[in-house]
Amino acid sequence: MKDLIFRFLIGGVAVSAFAGLGDVLKPKSFAGLFGAAPSIALAALGLTIAANGKMYAATEARSMMAGALVFFLYAWLCFMADVAAQIKGHVSYVIGAGHLAGVLHIDLVVGSEGELA
Amino acid sequence: MKVSANFSALKKTKWYEYAVRFLLGGTVTVVAGLLAKYYGPVFGGLFLAFPAIFPASATLVDKHERQKKQRAGIPKTTRGRQAAGLDAAGAAHGSLGLATFAYIIWKLLPAWNVAMVFVVAVSAWLCVPCALWWLRKEHWSHSPK
Repeated sequence: MKDLIFRFLIGGVAVSAFAGLGDVLKPKSFAGLFGAAPSIALAALGLTIAANGKMYAATEARSMMAGALVFFLYAWLCFMADVAAQIKGHVSYVIGAGHLAGVLHIDLVVGSEGELA
Repeated sequence: MKVSANFSALKKTKWYEYAVRFLLGGTVTVVAGLLAKYYGPVFGGLFLAFPAIFPASATLVDKHERQKKQRAGIPKTTRGRQAAGLDAAGAAHGSLGLATFAYIIWKLLPAWNVAMVFVVAVSAWLCVPCALWWLRKEHWSHSPK
């Protein structure tokens, strides 16, 4: 339980810090770079290394690449469709990104599972 | 356009908007850890790149820009949507930096010192999207400089 509370606090602080940085920077296209800051990864990977070791964290980082590519697709679709003002649009893209993450997970990560064994 | 910082923008954000970000960030970090614990690092790792900041920040950008225009007496405007679209373009560049960050962690972590790997990965995350943003502004943009 302590570990989960610690994770929650670290994750909350990391996301808030990068989001605050994005708020103060101008122009908006530059500030947007911080919308894709590795806040969750920085918070989680350090704790993962301490608990499970380097190899475990490296495996997580490999999957994270697939997640980052799906994030790119999500942000690019938002930009192209100019739907950022519509919450409904966001939700549908998040769901769509989730599905794509699943597909990429199968193609990129599970497909090379043998490499890990 | 030069990059600048406007710290008064922090005052525009309400306390509950900060609270939502904190809760979302904390929750995603916990969920990513739990998913890795129950389904393994291959599945859990996907959520390390979860867009925890971008959706909330794009929505805030839109809201603040619309409020600014309304205060100036312009009730209907697409300015907020355009600003959020620019934020999304920035996030798209940033996500490529995120992929670079993950690649460096994946390749270097097993052999290198942990602190050194994080320094290199964070530097790469910062440099790649900044370079892409600069290239787009200076060389690929069709707008007058």
